[in-house]
This record gives sequence, C-alpha cells and structure tokens, in this order.
Amino acid sequence: MRKFKEFLIEKLILICGLASIFFVVLIFLFLLKEGLAVFKTVSPAKFLLGSKWYPISEPPQLGILPLILGSLLVTLGAAVISIPIGVASAIYIAEVAPLKLKEILKAGIELLAAIPSVVLGFIGMVTLVPWVKNIFHLPTGLTALSGSIMLAFMAMPTIVSIAEDALYSIPKSYKEGALALGATRWQAIWRVMLPAASSGILAAVMLGLGRVIGETMAVMMITGNAAVIPHSILQPTRTLTATIAAEMGEAVVGSEHYFALFAIGIVLFVISFGINVTADIFLHKRKW
Amino acid sequence: MVRTKINIKNLNIWFGDVPALKNLSIKIYVNEILSVIGPSNSGKTTFLRMLNRLNELETNFKMSGQVEFDNQDIMKMNVELLRKKIGMVFALPLPLPLSIFDNIAYGARMHGVKNKKKLQQIVEQALQKAYLWDEVKDRLDVSAFKLSGGQQQRLCIARTLAVEPEVILFDEPCSGLDPISTAKVEEAMLKLKKDYAMVLVTNNVKQAARVGDSTAFFLSGELIEVDKTDKMFTVPSDKRTDDYIRGKFG
Repeated sequence: MRKFKEFLIEKLILICGLASIFFVVLIFLFLLKEGLAVFKTVSPAKFLLGSKWYPISEPPQLGILPLILGSLLVTLGAAVISIPIGVASAIYIAEVAPLKLKEILKAGIELLAAIPSVVLGFIGMVTLVPWVKNIFHLPTGLTALSGSIMLAFMAMPTIVSIAEDALYSIPKSYKEGALALGATRWQAIWRVMLPAASSGILAAVMLGLGRVIGETMAVMMITGNAAVIPHSILQPTRTLTATIAAEMGEAVVGSEHYFALFAIGIVLFVISFGINVTADIFLHKRKW
Repeated sequence: MVRTKINIKNLNIWFGDVPALKNLSIKIYVNEILSVIGPSNSGKTTFLRMLNRLNELETNFKMSGQVEFDNQDIMKMNVELLRKKIGMVFALPLPLPLSIFDNIAYGARMHGVKNKKKLQQIVEQALQKAYLWDEVKDRLDVSAFKLSGGQQQRLCIARTLAVEPEVILFDEPCSGLDPISTAKVEEAMLKLKKDYAMVLVTNNVKQAARVGDSTAFFLSGELIEVDKTDKMFTVPSDKRTDDYIRGKFG
C-alpha cells in the first residue's frame, strides 16, 4: 500500500513537471500553425524586410521591418540608459553602501519592480511625454525616446537585483586579495570584482532586455504608435508587441492580417527565446 | 643589530562587543620570521589583518592602542601605500583569472608600472624569489589555474613580492598543501628572510618551529608569551604554552 502511494505521488509530480513543457510546446505549435499561414500570401523575406505595414489596405501590405526596427530602437535606447545605471547601482549596493542604506535601496528597487507596467505607462504619459516634448521642441512627446526611458525603469530592477547577486556571490577573498596588494576600493571593483562577476552581470543585462522587448502596455501608451521606419529616436515608433496588442481585437479571424499578427508573435518568441538562452548560457558558464 | 619594523603598543580590538585582541604589545623585526601559533579563535588572524588594516572591512571593527610601521602610526598612513608595503599571502591560493604573467604583473600595473621591459623584469625577479621561475618560465602565458596548489601558492607569494613590499604576512599559507609543496613554500620563506620582515600565522606547530626565528603564542585574544623559537619549544615560560605545543589542547 505504501509502495503504491509512493508510486502515485511520484507520477503526479512527474505530470506536473511535464505540464509546463507541454503547454509551452502547445503554445508554440499553435503560434506556428496560425502564424505560418501568412507565408501563403507573402514571402518570409518580404514579410521581415518589407517597409510598409498597411494590413487593412487592399491588397494588404505586410512588411514588419518598421516594427522590428521600432522594437530594436526602443530596446537599444532602454539598454543604453538602464545598463550603466543598473550596473552602477548594483555595484553601489553590493560594495559601497552602508548596511542600512543597502536595505532601503534594495527594498526600493523591489518596489520599482512591483509597479504594474500600465501604471508606469500612465505616469509616463502625463509626466515624461510633455517633458520630452518641451525639452526637444517636438510636435509630440510620444517618441521612441520616451518609450526607452520608461522601459529603462522596467529593466532596471531586474538588472540591479541579478547583478547585485552576482557581485555579492563572489568570494570575499578575491576582494581582500586585491586590497592586500594595495588596490584602492575602485581598483578592486573594476579589475577584480567586475571581471569575476561578468557572466552574472551579462545574464542580468540579458534578462533585463528580455523584459524590455516583451513589454507591451507602457510602450503602446507612450511611443506614438506610428508604423514607419524610424529615422531618429525623437520620432514616434511602434513596436512588435504594441502592434499585436493594438490590432488583434480588430483583425478578422482567418484573414491575412490575423495570420500576420501571429507571425509577429513568432518573431517575438524567437527574439526573446534567443535572449533568454543567451542569459542562461552566461548564468551557467563555469566560473573560469 | 636587529631593527624594529613594526611596533605594536597596547593594541585592543573588538568586533562589535566581542573582544578579539586584548592589550597586545609585540615587535616585528627586519630579517626575521615571527611565527604566531595558537588555537582557533585566539586572535592570530585578527592580529595579522590588523597589520595591513584589512580588519577595517568589517563594519563593527573597533580598536584602541597603536601600531607603528617604521615609527609611523599606520592608522594615519595612506591605506593603499601601507598595503603595498605590507604584503599578504592568504590561506587559500588565490590566483586571479589571468595568465601567470598577468597575475604577477597585476600589482605592479596597478601601481603604475607600464613599461613592458620593466614589467618582464619584475615578473621574472618575483618568480625567482618565490622559487617558481624554473617551473613556469616556458609557460608564462597559460592560465594560473593550470598550476598545482603548491605552485599557485608560490605564485601568490610572487605576486605579493612584485609590488616590492617590506613586510610579508602569511596567513596559514600551507594549510591546503601537501608536505612536499609545504616544504617548497617554507624554503622560499626562509630565503626571503634576508630582504623582508615576515609574520607567519600557522596552525601547524611544527611549521612554526621549523621556520620561525621567534614564536608568539596567542590564547583567547591574549599574547601568552613571545620568545626565540628555540627557547619557546624547549623551555617555555608559561605552562599553557607548554601544553599547547605538546598537543594537550587546541
């Protein structure tokens, strides 16, 4: 009887474990089935590199290059802002801050992670957007730059907390070894701590960027949603995610537009899968 | 005539409310090895880390008394300069994730040496002094992790020597090494004596007897006695020293 119980529990856990993989596979298959249908009417090259996204014109023009570039531009902007600030604050928290301040800062960063993205988008819309508009004298503040700044806030908690973990987990003896040779605190951080934590920090950056590229709500609210190839970070753009969110409701089921949106989903899936795998490789890289 | 390098007067150290060293006065001389023995928790390592001010990294560190290095109060010295002059070799060999050459050159570069020839010279000299040169001279560009434990420890000694210190602190440098590697490290230490003042903290009483000119015995944060090694190991003046050396406790 006890043996049977063991057996039952074991199998139950096994099923639970497999369920998550099963669902991922199902989702991916569904995405493929719906998304690949678009390639009956438009070639993959034309879909990925076409510069016009007019899904409801006749015939529909389904080129997602402006959307890909929009996503990349906003992500790049967010990366440029969030990586230096995020890594620097991780260094400060892990190495420099006195104990009390450290606790406060860590709590603050966790709080930042807890803000729902729609709230961030809303705050961005009423504060950041007019600010960008005034500073750069633009016709509208709904630009890629606004999106980048907002997304940087979203990537920062991930970057800070994972990079801080990476720095914290370096054996204390490394730092002491450098200090004992007469290194200043900064020299020890720059030449010993950062290289030793580099794989963890890279993973932190990748995971932060993964969050940025998949983010939808905030970018939809503040990047202006113009599906044209962006020439400057001060122009309105539209991202892959925002396109799906904005247009899925009105696309006729079974139409080319509908299939194209699923194909965008595949592109996004591939991008964030790539980012996560890269992060994983960095995280599990043996520490020399 | 022996010259005093470090003079410690009435040193007390606390971590929080816990006393780690109590009223310690001791002198460290040039061209001598001072062995420090004692059971764990006796303050040996705290004593050693006081000399290059590594204790300060603990936030709850407090001290009173004075430590003088060449007649200067070390608490008033520039801490990086002090640590350059007082090198330290740790218990576990700690190569940096760099090549053998870069490991040794690391400290020198940090202190501003850029000339390639000069660096090569420094690296060679340091490796020779640490008795590692012959074993690694043909593979200076391989990773330091490829070396054996004993070689890594001598690499760390060489790295310490490369910044041209005046005093070298050894914190149980052979605790993770086999007897042959230990013998090599000890040999290197004995030869280095002619240029440096050295302090060796060790759990190995026999090592203290083999290497030290003087030996100090610490117990629960107090210096029980310090004397010439020969005398300590034959006719110690305190019974507790005798008991420890004979292995009755600790």
